[in-house]
Amino acid sequence: MAKLPPYTTTGEYIWHYIYRCICGLIFLFLILPILIVLPLSFNVEPYFSFTTGMLNLDPEAFSMRWYKDILRNGMAMPDAAFSLAWLSDTWNNGQWIRAIRNSFFIGICATLLSTALGTLAAIGLSRSEMPYRRLIMSILISPMIVPLVITAAGMFYFYSQVHLSQTYLGVIMAHAVLGTPFVIITVTATLVGFDKSLVRASQSLGAGALTTFRKVQMPLIIPGVISGGLFAFITSFDEVVAVLFLASPEQRTIPRQMWSGIREQISPTILAVATLLVILSILLLTVLELLRRRSERLRGITNS
Amino acid sequence: MVDSQTVLSGPITAADGTPLKKKLAQALFRSRVRAVSLVVPLLAFVLASFVIPIFALMWQGVYNDRFSTYTPNLSDQLSKWDGLGEPDEDLFVALVADLKKARKDRTIGRIATRVNQEYPGTRSLFTSTARKAKKLKAPFKESVIKTNKKWANIEVWRAMKITSQDLTPSFYATALDGRYTVDKGFVKQNENRQIYVKLFWRTFMISATVMALCLLLGYPVAYLLATLPLRSSNLLMIMVLLPFWTSLLVRTTAWIAILQSQGVINDLMVAMGITADDSRFSLIYNMTGTIIAMTHILLPFMILPLYSVMKTIPPSYMRAARSLGATPTMAFIKVYVPQTIPGVGAGGLLVFILAIGYYITPALVGGQDGQLISNMIAYHMQKSLNWSLAAALGGILLAGVLLLYWIYDRVIGIDNMKLG
Repeated sequence: MAKLPPYTTTGEYIWHYIYRCICGLIFLFLILPILIVLPLSFNVEPYFSFTTGMLNLDPEAFSMRWYKDILRNGMAMPDAAFSLAWLSDTWNNGQWIRAIRNSFFIGICATLLSTALGTLAAIGLSRSEMPYRRLIMSILISPMIVPLVITAAGMFYFYSQVHLSQTYLGVIMAHAVLGTPFVIITVTATLVGFDKSLVRASQSLGAGALTTFRKVQMPLIIPGVISGGLFAFITSFDEVVAVLFLASPEQRTIPRQMWSGIREQISPTILAVATLLVILSILLLTVLELLRRRSERLRGITNS
Repeated sequence: MVDSQTVLSGPITAADGTPLKKKLAQALFRSRVRAVSLVVPLLAFVLASFVIPIFALMWQGVYNDRFSTYTPNLSDQLSKWDGLGEPDEDLFVALVADLKKARKDRTIGRIATRVNQEYPGTRSLFTSTARKAKKLKAPFKESVIKTNKKWANIEVWRAMKITSQDLTPSFYATALDGRYTVDKGFVKQNENRQIYVKLFWRTFMISATVMALCLLLGYPVAYLLATLPLRSSNLLMIMVLLPFWTSLLVRTTAWIAILQSQGVINDLMVAMGITADDSRFSLIYNMTGTIIAMTHILLPFMILPLYSVMKTIPPSYMRAARSLGATPTMAFIKVYVPQTIPGVGAGGLLVFILAIGYYITPALVGGQDGQLISNMIAYHMQKSLNWSLAAALGGILLAGVLLLYWIYDRVIGIDNMKLG
């Protein structure tokens, strides 16, 4: 905490602490809704609220039943003893397990597609020779801006005509398009600080274009590429509107499953899934922070 | 060694003898091609899977050939009719012929649906007359009107004339609470049928409210983050970034758990004796719920641009203002706030653009009066299957969003968009 300067008046002291309190409340507003799902997901009752037992910290009031339900929901024989057959049953029939598999499959494919195309485009766009730079950039960023309903409705209308709706490919393409703006923005941001003379130095030492890219450019922009990829992944992982319009039940993803869970039967299984997703986002956030620090360190070296 | 005399006298050439000017142009052209070829794959992908689908849908907003495809004779006759005088026998002959064929091809439902969009309450008129069409005899005008008196109503025929035109402004008219008529052009819809303009207005108001709330809550937090030493501000930044990275549905679910009538806030209120058990607040499944949840979800989009602008403002400016005799409030308003305007603009526009097209949260926690225009578009896409109207509503929304996007690009520049 910064010390207040000696000329601070009493009124300013009071205001300073009131201000801190206000900020504290806003931070609570930001973080509390996310933290509140954690204890609720261990509720033994099928409700979305705290029971008296939970408030008294009665161990009886807590259970893992909703986490087990993630595995068991939709299984042919959920009550069978734990065995290989049980595992294959949940792997093949569990509704949530299918959604998780779909989410990862679609997310990873969409991320690879959008990261590869987006990185190339960002490199091209950062060159000063690029004609119509501003126009092309605004077209490439527009998937982030256009309301998702319009995007999804347009894709639903168009993809049905070319037999892409209700296929994995259709959903992957949709998610890849929605993810590219994030890749472009993050990679462009890394390229802004990129020292062009490094490329010239490499060329003057006899390296070809490909070697220069692989050995000089790539290691420097890789943190931006990875964080762009993470953004693209989380975009796909969290996307539900396009899935609602384009996917058949076969391609249900986690958010789609949560959507119908909220609309049809509100069961704390959703909260258990939500808890797992919060943990996932904490992991992603940590990776991103580490990447940012690495990028700063690398660029610190290039600038000196 | 090249003789220096010859080099200087003629045009300057490269090693292979071509003039240097030409060589430079070639090199520039090559590097431009290289830059373009890096961008082309993504541009082609975005055009094919995003831009073209949206244009294809938008085209539906002004073009609908459903009626004319299934009623070739009638559409032909309708185009000859001026829409003012009584419909003549030719029209009725064409009507019966097309109805007969439509009944056989099972396309009567599509025709009826299309006219019903233009003139509600005519669906059964078509289906029932089509059933009897086989037995009808000339003169058709009399026998058709005999089956149903509504056929004598000129408005039905005018509606059919409108629907027989493939390129039509009628969906945009509907989307703006009007009707496109043959005789009077655009007219206003009846009072009780005016829903869309109100919905656009509500969407605008909710987005503006969310934007204002985000600014109100985001400004102090961004200021705190920008003025604290890096170590503690990084720690607090996690509290902003974690919601940003958490799934939208998780946050919406959390708000349901908090705001519902048996939820955390209401339980707390009852426990503290602020409200009675039987008069719990209804905080969700209405506009309040939509606004609270959307503010929470969009708040990081306000804080991050604000923070990145505030970070660049040197603290010495404020100190200089104080040393010149300004009170803290004065210094803040006159010196600090004007410098944060770019951040306010960037964050505010971004939040507004995102809010105006919101779909998921209003659909889940909005109830009746918390629905936005996106929900109506989805309804017409998926439930009522009036795609052209969905396209018209979407077209208006898209135009608004693109206008804001253009302003954003002009004022702030999309290159300056930062994430986290």
